Amino acid sequence: MTAFLQSGIFLLFALMSLFMIATATQAGFAVHGVIILIASLLAFVTTLGRLKPATNGGWILQDHSNGGYDDAVIKAGLIATVFWGVVGMLVGVVIAAQLSFPVLNLGSEYTSFGRLRPLHTSGVIFAFGGNALIMTSFWVVQRTCRTRLFAPDLAWFVFWGYQLFIVLAATGYVMGITQSREYAEPEWYVDLWLTVVWVAYLAVFVGTIAKRREPHIYVANWFYLAFIITIAMLHIVNNLAVPAGFGPKSYSLFSGVQDALTQWWYGHNAVGFFLTAGFLGMMYYFVPKQANRPVYSYRLSIVHFWSLIFLYIWAGPHHLHYTALPDWAQTLGMVFSIMLWMPSWGGMINGLMTLEGAWDKIRTDPIIRMYVASLAFYGMSTFEGPLMSIRSVNGLSHYTDWTIGHVHSGALGWVGMVSFASIYFLAPRLFGASRVYSLRMINWHFWLAMAGITLYTASMWVAGIMQGLMWREFNAEGYLVYAFAEVVAAMHPYYLIRLLGGVLYLLGAVMMAYNVWMTARGRIRNEAPLDAGQPYNPDQDRPHQDKPLAPVSAGAQPAAAE
Amino acid sequence: MAFERHAKIERNVTILAVLTLITVMIGGLVQITPLFFLENTIEKVEGMRPYTPLELTGRNIYIREGCYTCHSQMIRPFRDEAERFGHYSLAAESMYDHPFQWGSKRTGPDLARVGGRYSDEWHVQHLTAPRKVVPESIMPSYAFLKDKVLDPRDIAAHLKANRTVGVPYSDEQIEHAIADLRAQANPMGDPTDLQRRYPKVQVRDFDGDPSRLTEMDALVAYLQMLGTLVDFDSYVPEQNRR
Repeated sequence: MTAFLQSGIFLLFALMSLFMIATATQAGFAVHGVIILIASLLAFVTTLGRLKPATNGGWILQDHSNGGYDDAVIKAGLIATVFWGVVGMLVGVVIAAQLSFPVLNLGSEYTSFGRLRPLHTSGVIFAFGGNALIMTSFWVVQRTCRTRLFAPDLAWFVFWGYQLFIVLAATGYVMGITQSREYAEPEWYVDLWLTVVWVAYLAVFVGTIAKRREPHIYVANWFYLAFIITIAMLHIVNNLAVPAGFGPKSYSLFSGVQDALTQWWYGHNAVGFFLTAGFLGMMYYFVPKQANRPVYSYRLSIVHFWSLIFLYIWAGPHHLHYTALPDWAQTLGMVFSIMLWMPSWGGMINGLMTLEGAWDKIRTDPIIRMYVASLAFYGMSTFEGPLMSIRSVNGLSHYTDWTIGHVHSGALGWVGMVSFASIYFLAPRLFGASRVYSLRMINWHFWLAMAGITLYTASMWVAGIMQGLMWREFNAEGYLVYAFAEVVAAMHPYYLIRLLGGVLYLLGAVMMAYNVWMTARGRIRNEAPLDAGQPYNPDQDRPHQDKPLAPVSAGAQPAAAE
Repeated sequence: MAFERHAKIERNVTILAVLTLITVMIGGLVQITPLFFLENTIEKVEGMRPYTPLELTGRNIYIREGCYTCHSQMIRPFRDEAERFGHYSLAAESMYDHPFQWGSKRTGPDLARVGGRYSDEWHVQHLTAPRKVVPESIMPSYAFLKDKVLDPRDIAAHLKANRTVGVPYSDEQIEHAIADLRAQANPMGDPTDLQRRYPKVQVRDFDGDPSRLTEMDALVAYLQMLGTLVDFDSYVPEQNRR
């Protein structure tokens, strides 16, 4: 019965998309109709194809589970994460190149910076980061609750529904369908679809927790839960809009100053709950697992969880310092942003101190090294953030590339590294291998990423501070020293260095894709282990002798005469 | 000990979820909702009016092309910004902006008061081939706008949607939306009605090709009106402390 209902709903979506295509006055809307039509027909056919007769005479959906955890959907999520990661970072490299060499905009509307920039931000945040969060949360919630997923079919719907959201958003940007709200650019109908997918995600996650076989809900799940709930709230409020007729374009419910604060309440908490709380959930499971140590402090996790989610929400106005937003709101945003430093570092300390007694693993385990680096970057960017939220500092940094540098120290350092490490943790376990194809390639990935981040953030700091200082420089006669265009020209060398940093980081990600691919094929690279130094041999550890002595080690053979 | 009582929360997913939701709602409620009720949030100024149909179309092209990813429309109260871009921006100046376009990055200059600063011809040339006009520029070329003929069929629906979200478009303005859109770029017509409906409206052919109404017309019309509405002679900052 439910199977027929499911396929019926997909058929309904197919009909709706036909209506979209038939009434579209804009090509982009029709293209989206076609994409939805194909997706819903595919879903319709697969659902029907899985039907089989039940013993009691009805029809049921086949269940392929072997009684273990529901890992197939996580496997798909892992592949999607790696794929979108490479795509999103590649677009980032392209737009960085466009800022260095504007001719690369190619003169076409579909390839200009303004349309590709949201493709990059959404690609890495929502496609790469979102898939990483969804798939790891499905892994973590099953293991820590010692139970299979609640409604595994719904979990598959979440996976494919989310991929459809990504495709609609990405194609929309290229065709110029955008709300212009940063990190919330998709138009109203794509937003509605994401809301449906997100509610299904919440149902799967909470449902699994509800049927857990453990008395306590593990701390990683608090963070994942806070991420899912808060993103739902932010997404719905920030995307309230009225469409103009039945077409892609909508007008935000709010205007001007209220709209600006709503958007940055959303925007900053996309950082706070998508890129922080969610990934902290990931950290709280995988770091203790990989280090084989318990979480450092249970009390610290309680204190920093509640203070983090309470304080983060207030930080939005620091994106609007010295604007037409009333001063009282700016001050509130600044004060709470500075307070936010403490719970942020609570998370970093809890993560790093989990390695207490296992610090030697940094030398030999490249996955642990990635987790440590990601926590270090988390600590650095959550220190820099409060600094930049101070109004007078922000007066210099706002509108400049310093902000871009700050974002990328968090995104490449924290979010990227913690995701890469978790992908390496999961790949052999999901594909049934004893280890990742090549640990030495992980080592290479680590150092390429580190070099990339260093070049990226250092060049953007210098560029941003220089930009801010050049804009405000007056000469003795009281005139501005630099024309705006001169400041643009001065950025060129730094944009080149940033481009190089991005290329290195992308190279590391491509290497990861190859490594995961080979792991999935069940291959193990024959390579020297990563242990530092040689094993100790007491026979060689003695002063020079003219004639050979009897060996020290028990049971060893006497050294043969020359 | 308080930490032992926490066990109650972490054993019940409903309590955990509800407490989380309450915790994350507080900040937004305290910060955002007062902006809708405090009367001094938006300054009292003379001259603001809704966008003309052509300006609104141009604004939608500005959004479509992602101009906001590199250009801000929010001048801060600093000496250098006043010198370079003009009087600092007021909240009132974006009161009809759904959505706002304050931006967050200045890869290119602020555009809040770019209206009237350059000629139409400068804008058309600059949008077509930016580096022919500003050698240091890294802006993409938007030459294709000149070849895209405007289709004003849907414009009344756009005005209506704006009215639904609070922009005071009158029935008359919605009724004449298509005619007004054409009239603004037609220097040969009679603009009296348009000018009555939209004070300070600039009527002329914007893209240098009077024979066609293109997206270039709309975008330049929008750029040329930015920051031109508020009458700063009658604005008293001291009466608008916030």
